[in-house]
Amino acid sequence: MSNLRRHLSFLVLGAIGLVVLPYFITSRFYIDVLTLIFFTAYLGQSWNILGGYAGQFSFGGVMFFGTGAYVSSILLTTFGFPPIFGIFLAILGGAFLGLIVGYMSFRSGLKGSYFALITLAFAELLRVLANSVEFTGGGVGLFLTYAPGLSNLQFETPVGFYYFALVLMFISIAIVYWLEGSRFGAQLVAIRENEDAAEALGIDTLRCKIYAIMIMGAMGGAAGTFYSQKYLYLDPPIAYSIHLSVEMLLVTIVGGMGTIFGPLVGAFVLHTVNEVARHFIDTPGLSLIVYGLILIIIIGYLPNGLIGAFKKKEKKSGSNSLDKKRSREES
Amino acid sequence: MLRVNNLTKKFGGLVAVSSVDLEVNEKEIVSLIGPNGAGKTTLFAMVAGFLKADEGEINFENASIVGMKPHQICQRGMVRTFQITQPFAGLTTLQNIMVGAYSNTAQTNSARKKAEEVAEVVGMTSLLSQGADGLTVAGRKRLELARALATDPKLLLLDEVMAGLNPAEIDEIVKVIKGIRDRGVTIFLIEHVMKAVMNLSDRTYVLNDGKLIASGTPSSVAENPQVIEAYLGHGAAEAMAEGA
Amino acid sequence: MISASLSMLPAAIINGFMYGAIYALVALGLTLIYGVLHIINFAHGAMLMLALYAAFFLFDLFNIDPYFSILIVTPCAFIFGYLIYRYGIGSLAKGKDQNILLITLGLSIIIENGALFFFSGDQQTVNLTYGFEAFDLGFMYLSYPKVISFFAALLMCAILWAAMSLTDLGRAIRAVAKERQGARLVGINVEHIFAVTFGIGIACLGAAGCMMLPIFYVDPYTGNIFVLVAFTIVVLGGMGSVVGALVGGFIIGITESVGGLLLGESLGQIGISLIFILILIFRPTGLFGSKV
Repeated sequence: MSNLRRHLSFLVLGAIGLVVLPYFITSRFYIDVLTLIFFTAYLGQSWNILGGYAGQFSFGGVMFFGTGAYVSSILLTTFGFPPIFGIFLAILGGAFLGLIVGYMSFRSGLKGSYFALITLAFAELLRVLANSVEFTGGGVGLFLTYAPGLSNLQFETPVGFYYFALVLMFISIAIVYWLEGSRFGAQLVAIRENEDAAEALGIDTLRCKIYAIMIMGAMGGAAGTFYSQKYLYLDPPIAYSIHLSVEMLLVTIVGGMGTIFGPLVGAFVLHTVNEVARHFIDTPGLSLIVYGLILIIIIGYLPNGLIGAFKKKEKKSGSNSLDKKRSREES
Repeated sequence: MLRVNNLTKKFGGLVAVSSVDLEVNEKEIVSLIGPNGAGKTTLFAMVAGFLKADEGEINFENASIVGMKPHQICQRGMVRTFQITQPFAGLTTLQNIMVGAYSNTAQTNSARKKAEEVAEVVGMTSLLSQGADGLTVAGRKRLELARALATDPKLLLLDEVMAGLNPAEIDEIVKVIKGIRDRGVTIFLIEHVMKAVMNLSDRTYVLNDGKLIASGTPSSVAENPQVIEAYLGHGAAEAMAEGA
Repeated sequence: MISASLSMLPAAIINGFMYGAIYALVALGLTLIYGVLHIINFAHGAMLMLALYAAFFLFDLFNIDPYFSILIVTPCAFIFGYLIYRYGIGSLAKGKDQNILLITLGLSIIIENGALFFFSGDQQTVNLTYGFEAFDLGFMYLSYPKVISFFAALLMCAILWAAMSLTDLGRAIRAVAKERQGARLVGINVEHIFAVTFGIGIACLGAAGCMMLPIFYVDPYTGNIFVLVAFTIVVLGGMGSVVGALVGGFIIGITESVGGLLLGESLGQIGISLIFILILIFRPTGLFGSKV
């Protein structure tokens, strides 16, 4: 947190920069890439809360996205319910799903790899259901009408979605910033570091984990609405296949789990890699091969991600004098 | 304050704790001793809610706490430390202790203040900004104690808090524990370090093979032949009596 | 409608049983790896997909019958698995359970997209000369390849079982599975055993891939389908239990087949994830597993 204050001016400048960026960059391509980066960073942040801070790795994060997308889209196509309100129901839907999945998984004491796998199974379960039921459009999917307007959360130009995604991303950062300074955040971290000790010290670990996954679900739900209003099409593979689950955890792990800016850094890095790879060889699959390699390298050699590695470097070089000063003040 | 009746725990065919009755009264320091494998930590684990008892009652402040989860028991005022220290390795000492403090307050500033106070009591103020994974064994034991203390417990369960400490460190921590009792906290501790047990406890229970074999003041228990046999082996009491 | 479905029930059960043997072989590899190394190999599905491609290319380019390819692909798969563990996973994992899962996840991403990049996303099948011939059982036809695959898979499982029970290597593996430190103390080269076991697990996939190709298809995403199937079998049977993998394989094979019959092609897939979730919640040790 003191780090944050130190870099505060730099961050505020960065934020302002992102806000005014569209006035300087008019290329639709770059606006779209940035929009995607913010979107991925936002989703990554939702994973970060449960995975980075509470230490519970989910492989099924996509299910909140997909469920939220279906909620607002079905409300729109069936009842004409405007997405600007529908998004809140999507958020509720995601949170509710988080409650169910979280309760069933954590109540049974599932941890580590078992928890990761059961979230995968839940996502798959939802995919099969979405594929088999009529009101989701089944395998054919849902087509949304193009009708730009704020109540529809649709925008004529990519810049509109750019700001939509930017707002989501800012909100996600605010949430985690609050988390880091709060009791709830400290409890999550305690659970991550040592669940038994946390329990012994009065933390209701079950309740905390469920709250964390509900937040993740709520955030994912909103992302779903964003996606369906931007791309105007939704089907079970888009809503529930593993690709997005992996991307969420990938950006966070690469950037740095349990840090405020990890997901954003990770999203920037990975999308840049993606664009560079596509520039040289435009065959599908190449960038994902690189993603897989990056994941392995990070886990193997930089488990605290890029931010973690940067912090370590900072610690070694500059902060010695800072620590001495602090301890002198205390004694 | 704490009353345990007929407490029993079996693991398959092995009876780890067998029909144990004991009680701890307010402001006392009571110790639980016995050879390794006697069942002491198992008993603690049951009392603190980490293990389900097969039989028996556990009453804290006249209310049954059987079946309660550890965090609920902590909220009621009983907190345990672990024999093998369980620090929150990625956090600083201050952050570790704050986790305990948070059990009574939701405000970060209050928690921090409480943690700093507790660190003072335990003698860890100079270590507050250090990472918990960098502490010495003595430091980790103290941290374990500090964290538990930060929850403002009425009853503190200390599991071999002196294991791995050298004599100087033991003297230090005995002072600290006495200080904690003086501040109104009741203490129930498992210990192997006899000097500390004699020095600290008002009363002692002795466990062997899961059964309670003696109880009373430390000095009376030390002369109990059954206790001597439990530690030194069959016939040791006679041998000692003959030799004396 | 329902009566029509029910009349096909015996056929569905037999079909499921046939596939079950191959599923069992796949699960055997996974449970072996878990039982000995305590690694959850998320790349298991992706590696099966590689085996399927290997068998496909051997047929497409050199006209080698997939069943004969078993003799080629299985040892190659073993070597591949051994090397990947020895010089990859083993050194990177550093023990943390979740890290290994993520590393094998990364591996599966690389393999899956490598296949997409090099082989394109098209579905590939093989047409064997005897592929359309079948046994007439009266109430159903059982194609030759299905029967051959069934017996080949059973044979493979039996060989593996025998090897584990009767050979010195098998004993060493079982020793390491039961008590790592103790095995080390007795002079067993534990790191080597780990790599060998991983290799055997992948070899199972090599064989299974060859057996699956004639009765299935392959594309870069085939692996994904099998990941959950394999994990469900292993969890159902009990992590680390060989018997469990066999029994689980048949149960899942039949469930999948019957589910598809009764619930339709789409909803029928629900059985697997449902079983997985229910087992983990209510009986995480599985049918034959020991306490986790």
